[in-house]
Amino acid sequence: MKTYNNRAWFLILPVIACVAFSAILPLMTIVNYSVQDILSPTQHVFVGTEWFKLVMRDSELHGALYRQMLFSLSVLAIEIPLGILIALTMPAQGWRASLALVLIALPLLIPWNVVGTIWQIFGRSDIGLLGYAVNEMGFAYNYTGDSLDAWLTVLVMDVWHWTPLVVLLCYAGLRAIPDAYYQAARIDGASRWAVFRFIQLPKLRNVLMIAVLLRFMDSFMIYTEPFVLTGGGPGNATTFLSQYLTQKAVGQFDLGPAAAFSLIYFLIILLFCFVLYNWMQRVGTGDKK
Amino acid sequence: MMSKFFTRPVLAIYLLLSLLPIYWMLNMSLKTNEEIVGALTMWPANLTFDNFKTIFTDASWYDGYINSIIYVLINMVLSVAVALPAAYAFSRYSFLGDKHLFFWLLTNRMTPPAVFLLPFFQLYSTVGLMDTHLAVALAHMVFNVPLAVWILEGFMSGIPKEIDETAYIDGYSFPKFFVKIFLLMIKSGIGVTAFFCFMFSWVELLLARTLTSVSAKPISATMTRTVSAAGMDWGVLAAAGVLTIVPGALVIWFVRHYIAKGFAMGRV
Amino acid sequence: MARIDLVELAHAYKPNPTSPTDYALRPMSMQWDDGGAYALLGPSGCGKTTLLNIISGLVRPSHGRVLFDGKDVTSLPPEARNIAQVFQFPVIYDTMTVFDNLAFPLRNRRWKSADINHRVEQVAELLDLGSALKQRASGLSADAKQKISLGRGLVRPDVAAVLFDEPLTVIDPHLKWLLRRKLKEIHRELKLSLIYVTHDQVEALTFADKVVVMTQGEVVQAGTAQQLFEAPEHTFVGYFIGNPGMNLLPCAINGEVATLEGASIPLSGTARAALKGTSGNAKLGIRPEFVECTFEAGADTAAATLLSVRNLGTHCLAEFRLGNHTIAGKLRRLHAEPGEQVWLRLPPERTLYYVNDRRVA
Repeated sequence: MKTYNNRAWFLILPVIACVAFSAILPLMTIVNYSVQDILSPTQHVFVGTEWFKLVMRDSELHGALYRQMLFSLSVLAIEIPLGILIALTMPAQGWRASLALVLIALPLLIPWNVVGTIWQIFGRSDIGLLGYAVNEMGFAYNYTGDSLDAWLTVLVMDVWHWTPLVVLLCYAGLRAIPDAYYQAARIDGASRWAVFRFIQLPKLRNVLMIAVLLRFMDSFMIYTEPFVLTGGGPGNATTFLSQYLTQKAVGQFDLGPAAAFSLIYFLIILLFCFVLYNWMQRVGTGDKK
Repeated sequence: MMSKFFTRPVLAIYLLLSLLPIYWMLNMSLKTNEEIVGALTMWPANLTFDNFKTIFTDASWYDGYINSIIYVLINMVLSVAVALPAAYAFSRYSFLGDKHLFFWLLTNRMTPPAVFLLPFFQLYSTVGLMDTHLAVALAHMVFNVPLAVWILEGFMSGIPKEIDETAYIDGYSFPKFFVKIFLLMIKSGIGVTAFFCFMFSWVELLLARTLTSVSAKPISATMTRTVSAAGMDWGVLAAAGVLTIVPGALVIWFVRHYIAKGFAMGRV
Repeated sequence: MARIDLVELAHAYKPNPTSPTDYALRPMSMQWDDGGAYALLGPSGCGKTTLLNIISGLVRPSHGRVLFDGKDVTSLPPEARNIAQVFQFPVIYDTMTVFDNLAFPLRNRRWKSADINHRVEQVAELLDLGSALKQRASGLSADAKQKISLGRGLVRPDVAAVLFDEPLTVIDPHLKWLLRRKLKEIHRELKLSLIYVTHDQVEALTFADKVVVMTQGEVVQAGTAQQLFEAPEHTFVGYFIGNPGMNLLPCAINGEVATLEGASIPLSGTARAALKGTSGNAKLGIRPEFVECTFEAGADTAAATLLSVRNLGTHCLAEFRLGNHTIAGKLRRLHAEPGEQVWLRLPPERTLYYVNDRRVA
């Protein structure tokens, strides 16, 4: 049992100092900008919720939000089942398991811009294996010119990049299932499918929830990889929320609306984070038997 | 369990497809630009290490790697150092606002980096830390420290409180106990934490690019300037990309035993 | 219901075992009657779980055969052997109700639903789970869950033997005896062969008709509680069974007497004959219950000093120092103070002799 001791705050001070510096101060700046019109460095006018209203009505934002939701949901629909499947195929122990783990995890350790670059090259029909092969098969594949091709490429890139995370989580979850369950299932005459449905899947529930929430949130914040691959194009076909925000803030230098949108963006994720946190608390205390 | 007849081929195919793009880049890095744009071949006809030579000899290239490694290491050390006492506090004590504090920490991990772009730019300019390794390290701490606290707390909670109490009875002061006894017991936890801090800091680039210009420019920024008058320098670009994978592959090889164990601590 | 024969059974992890330590289970043969209750008793790592898993089919032995009613089942998987196994912790299907849990093995065999209902209700009644059938299995207490685990085994009418691997480990102490009683009830009613693995001698001795004592991969003795208590064949059995265990003292054999720390203990006729010609490594064993304590020297007594005595109501637990060794004694009454000199008599008919840890006399 934990003892109650407010002096524990001293142990937390370093963390608070570092994170507060890098998080609270900027956040305050954003809030500041979101309610002011900055005409010049010295002229600020308080405009209240005007920027928020403007942003909410912005059709470009709606478009980006729609594309973002579509992207995040597609990514989940592919990565979660695929991750479970691959985790089931991985060896349980020995040098083969170590090797498989290392090879599987490789895409996770590549800097995100290099991920974009790899697929940028890979998808080109002149110097890339994928682009060349697909075109040879008869499809007119061009991810810079065709919106659908761009979408598919971005999707495949993300699946390639992040499925390993789902695999690793599920793999760990599977290793935690005691052998006795499989032994009992054999004695009960259960089929392979029954073992998956009644033993493995229920025991993976907690890990899967974490995977789903993490993937949803991270895909919601994605920026670098699609930016390097397609630049958001063709047009704005693959422009998702983070890029929309960056365009507004840095590109067009519309600080007010950008700040307002930043807050809205942050609040959406906060909502998901709240759900994730409460779920994990429930998982944490429920499993402590 | 699943019959090996079915699972091994599936795994093999997945690994093959997964490694293919990486292999392709390796393939390109060993060719000259002429060969690359000339014909599409699965391996180099004229194997050349010139692209790698360029990177190792051109300061503007290898500086990028060095800068990246510097800020990643600073971040790793700072994140773990700062997270250790905090994780201990969360693990052993309950205090006013502890649940809210933990939640607030997690929200930092969940904030889109794009949101921080402009404010960071202004903040770090103001304090004169623009274009320094420290700036990037500090900025990355925003999402690494919460993760570090979360993972370490999980490991620490696995050590029974009786160990602490025994040490105090034996006359250890808190700092001595923490350093000489406790840290050794959560060795693998620190390993896992360091791995994740490394991973997230090494791969993140939006903030790293924003906060640096010349002296602390990471390799990602350098990689965007491969267009010269002679056209795109594909060979060097590919070689640079291959080299960015190497540190990650090394780290994961060294911590491979801890990965499965670390993920399986019941929290993540 | 099945007679179980173990023929030259052994299990080694390495392909060519040379020394005894290469074996997880050393070569043994045994026959177990139809419908009996047996316990495999021993400390952790003694091989009892390995033996159990060989019988159930989860482990294929490297040597030897397992026969059920004369039929060789050594290469058959568990599902083909008509056995049920209950593990150390409750193994249930969390997402199903109690009813579905019990029905699961029958559904896998494509039984008709009416037959399934009937059989499940029957087994649930037997296990006092009738009222919980509609509840989700995951919400029940540990002992109820173990009953469900057991029920899944009992629900198959052709089940021949039920194997238990330390099933009471996670059960609350005050519920353990309830579950033990239930197991005995089931044994009486269904007349199945039950094999029970445990490290707790009380559990083993109360549950089983015959107890198989194991240590370090070897079966050292199989017998009833009485046999194990009065005539342990191996020093380990003497030491493990009984509370406190048997006193084992190194001694030297000199013709008609055994010399123990200067004292001579006369050997009985049979003992003398059996020990003739032995040299070295002899041990004298006597249970604390049979140690006699007097206050005067006698022909067959040894001088000792009383170290401590505790009065436990029904008997006194005493510790004596005999030379360099400590002897425990369980006596009805002992009026003596620690430090006092006493004389111990070891009745020849209760004194056993071991050479190289095996009983000789």
